[in-house]
Amino acid sequence: MNTAMTPLQLTALLPLILATLTSVVVMLTIAFKRHHRLVAGITVAGLNLALLSLIPVIVAANGQAIELTPLLIVDGYAIFYMGLVLITALGVLTLCHAYFEGYSGNREELYLLLSMATLGALVMVCSRHFAGFFIGLELLSVPLYAMVAYPVRDSRALEGGVKYLVLSGAASAFMLFGIALIYAETGALGFAEIAGKLAMGRQGILLAGAAMILVGIGFKLSAVPFHLWTSDVYEAAPAPVAAFLATVSKAAMFVVVYRLFVNVGLFRQPATVEALTWLAVASMLVGNLLALRQDNVKRILAYSSIAQFGYLLVALILAGGRATEAAGIFLLSYLVTALGVFGVMTLVSSPMKDRDVEHIEQFRGLFWKRPYLASIMTTLLLSLAGIPLTAGFIGKFYVIAIGVDARQWLLMGAVIVGSAIGLYYYLRVMIMMFQPIPVRERVSEPLNWVQNAGGAMLMLAMALMLVIGVYPEPFLDLIRASVLVVR
Amino acid sequence: MTNSIILVWLLFLPFVGGWASWQAERYSRYLPRWIALSTMLTVLGISVWLWFTGDYSLAAPSAIPQWTLQYKAEWIPSFGISFHLGLDGLSILLIILTNLLGVMAIGCSWREIDRYVGFFHLNLMWNLAGVVGVFLAMDLFLFFFFWEMMLVPMYFLIALWGHSMPGGKSRVYAATKFFIFTQFSGLIMLLAILALVFLHHSSTGVWSFGYMDLLVTAKQLDPQIAWWLMIGFFLAFAVKMPLVPFHTWLPDAHGMAPTAGSVDLAGILLKTAAYGLLRFGLPFFPEASKDFAPIAMSFGVLGVIYGAVVAFSQTDIKRLIAYTSISHMGFVVIGIYAGTTQALQGVVIQMIAHGLSAGALFILCGEIYERLHTRDLRLMGGLWARFPYLPPIMLFFSAASLGLPGLGNFVGEFLILVGTFPVAPIITIISASGLILAAVYSLILVQKAFHGRPREDGHGAHLEDLSKRELAMMGLMMALLLGLGLYPQPVLDTAAAAMKTVELQYSPAPLAAAASASAP
Repeated sequence: MNTAMTPLQLTALLPLILATLTSVVVMLTIAFKRHHRLVAGITVAGLNLALLSLIPVIVAANGQAIELTPLLIVDGYAIFYMGLVLITALGVLTLCHAYFEGYSGNREELYLLLSMATLGALVMVCSRHFAGFFIGLELLSVPLYAMVAYPVRDSRALEGGVKYLVLSGAASAFMLFGIALIYAETGALGFAEIAGKLAMGRQGILLAGAAMILVGIGFKLSAVPFHLWTSDVYEAAPAPVAAFLATVSKAAMFVVVYRLFVNVGLFRQPATVEALTWLAVASMLVGNLLALRQDNVKRILAYSSIAQFGYLLVALILAGGRATEAAGIFLLSYLVTALGVFGVMTLVSSPMKDRDVEHIEQFRGLFWKRPYLASIMTTLLLSLAGIPLTAGFIGKFYVIAIGVDARQWLLMGAVIVGSAIGLYYYLRVMIMMFQPIPVRERVSEPLNWVQNAGGAMLMLAMALMLVIGVYPEPFLDLIRASVLVVR
Repeated sequence: MTNSIILVWLLFLPFVGGWASWQAERYSRYLPRWIALSTMLTVLGISVWLWFTGDYSLAAPSAIPQWTLQYKAEWIPSFGISFHLGLDGLSILLIILTNLLGVMAIGCSWREIDRYVGFFHLNLMWNLAGVVGVFLAMDLFLFFFFWEMMLVPMYFLIALWGHSMPGGKSRVYAATKFFIFTQFSGLIMLLAILALVFLHHSSTGVWSFGYMDLLVTAKQLDPQIAWWLMIGFFLAFAVKMPLVPFHTWLPDAHGMAPTAGSVDLAGILLKTAAYGLLRFGLPFFPEASKDFAPIAMSFGVLGVIYGAVVAFSQTDIKRLIAYTSISHMGFVVIGIYAGTTQALQGVVIQMIAHGLSAGALFILCGEIYERLHTRDLRLMGGLWARFPYLPPIMLFFSAASLGLPGLGNFVGEFLILVGTFPVAPIITIISASGLILAAVYSLILVQKAFHGRPREDGHGAHLEDLSKRELAMMGLMMALLLGLGLYPQPVLDTAAAAMKTVELQYSPAPLAAAASASAP
């Protein structure tokens, strides 16, 4: 195989190169001068450049898939999700800047960690080979351990970080073992190559391998019963880091798993489909049920994200065809909404104090104190609940549509029951913000909050969410244009 | 087909007005009210104008629905979803009712609501706009969209401005229960809609959520599939109606809701379910509905009797009226599934009359509550001596509710019973007993609240009576009920064509047989 890169391949690699460069430059800058705003600025600039570099990639690719080594592929699917990952990461970055202003320790390394994790997510989105998948996964996970435990003097954060480290390590080990088993039987690691050789291997061992990989995937997507870490880690992590966990980290994992499913044709294997169906049903029901009795909004959101990925798993189970579209629109609306919700959590907790504002009682009367922030939170919660006019409705509509088309009545029943249960806690948080409070506490927020990066980002997220909800056609076109190349 | 932009105005004016009154709250406490009132009056004016100028009689009523006015625009073409509004005799009547009760709801909360006035009117008007959207939508996605969209404002109305019962459940509880019940059943309907759309796609290769397209597909379905889809639609409407045993959210919601919320809920929201059955349930699945009719009518009878009996034993005046709504809506279900011209015409009259009478009764309850600070019938009594106007007006609406001849409700119930008798005599006989029970609970209400010795409750021997504003509102509603009772013909004429279409869709065969039998 010719190892030299053609200019076309180099162009396709641009986003990854720029993201890598961002990490290096940030690291060097920190070595010379510690300056919060400077470092944040460099990271934002670097990731924006990576985002902009998608334009030459689109032009160069011209609708074709560009193969970069056996490990990576840049097709429409990868480009779309690279864009999504980068935009979400940028959103998290603006939140980090607002939040960590109040942190007394060294603030700058967080941006280094964040840019590396984003690079990992980009690699995952492009990979078509188990090696690329695993490299990306570790590149994403390892910085995240440190990000969760970033306020090192806070024992809660440390506990969360260690918990995530240990459990995530165990999940990675499972996954690696599963990959090894599959490799032992098929002699291949590329998704497409495996697909051709599945019939040759011994089914028992292949099944064991697939099951172990599924454990690793289930952990990262926090599907029930591999969800136990989620609420603790979300609660312990600083709010913007929890945002990153809930958005970029989960989305990247889903994107690569979806590619794996479609390329290997796993959605045609009854055993995996059955296992995934039960994972999905359990995630929707258990995730929603566990959220009911929580008083901590971060924990509620953690359980809600478990349930949301339960809905999304429906698209994975029915992979191929319209399900790709459904997964795209669902992920898009979920990312926008989740980023916004965690953004509100971050802004009400900024600048960082000993504990984030996270108890449901602390949200009492928020609407009368900070009407815009509370309005944004309300619409975003309605979007998570899947009420019309919001993006969440379009996402859920698509999921139900493909489910009905495939006559998956068990899954559809779970979606409906799950949504009905979910309403309870979304409404509970929502109405708390409207509860009356004594008049003297009704201090309106300073008017310049929108001008802050965090506030502007939130307004954008909400606006985008509403646009997707009211007029989704352009976004659907975009998703349809980003074809996933099979094989 | 010409696009009538006026339909879009009907829909968007309340949205804009609601937004404006929210923003106006910053400047004045009264401005939001005036903005809301003038917007609703404008919309009411437009809808009445449409009624007078439009031609709602069809040249040749057939099983294919025809619209007087339409508006259509592309929305999500990849799924065949369009922004398609259509107006016929049934929708215009219900839209006028909606807008009229909307004006009443704003009028009756003029004094009652003093917290967050602007935000209140935002919710009220968005709810009304959602309901108007339900009555206009001719695309099933759009219909579902409005169906769900009217829930959120209603939730806020109950949860924020409601009254928690001392020592009882909170208003947030009632609001959440309302939301979850209706959302859950709504999602089941979404499943049915989507199944229909996919079946349409597999048979024609075209994606469409359009009413006319799906109507064709729905008629050709395999009976078993049609049965399941019909159940999906029926469940959503049964919860909203509400039919016993899906009714438990209603008394709670009414018990806690503010007056305007109750007027809105009883007068308008419940009608969306009946409208849904008339527009979608029966026309889409005539055969399955016919098989299901005995069961649905039994649910209706159960509602008539159960609602009346339980109403009788209530001590909370608003819960009492809530249960009477269940009883009255039972008649509506019976009439819809009977499917004869008289019965369907009766359903329309009954819906309008019940909207007016229940709305007025809830407004009066609100007035009593404002003065006595209780809704407990055991703590009332002897009120007749303490007000000059309110008790007789309440008596009037109670009499309307019990079906006194000369008032609208009588016409509705009478037509329903007459129209149902040839189809289901036993059902008719049992449900007619509901009229007697209605007399019992209505008179009990009047007797307990107004007669007997006046109580010493610290509010003085004479209570402040209805203001001119309230008297004017009551007078208008009394006049309308009387008009509906004495000369219902204009309403019957308007609805005739639409109801004839439903009838032809629901039972084409027996009619043809009857016609040929009577010809010689």
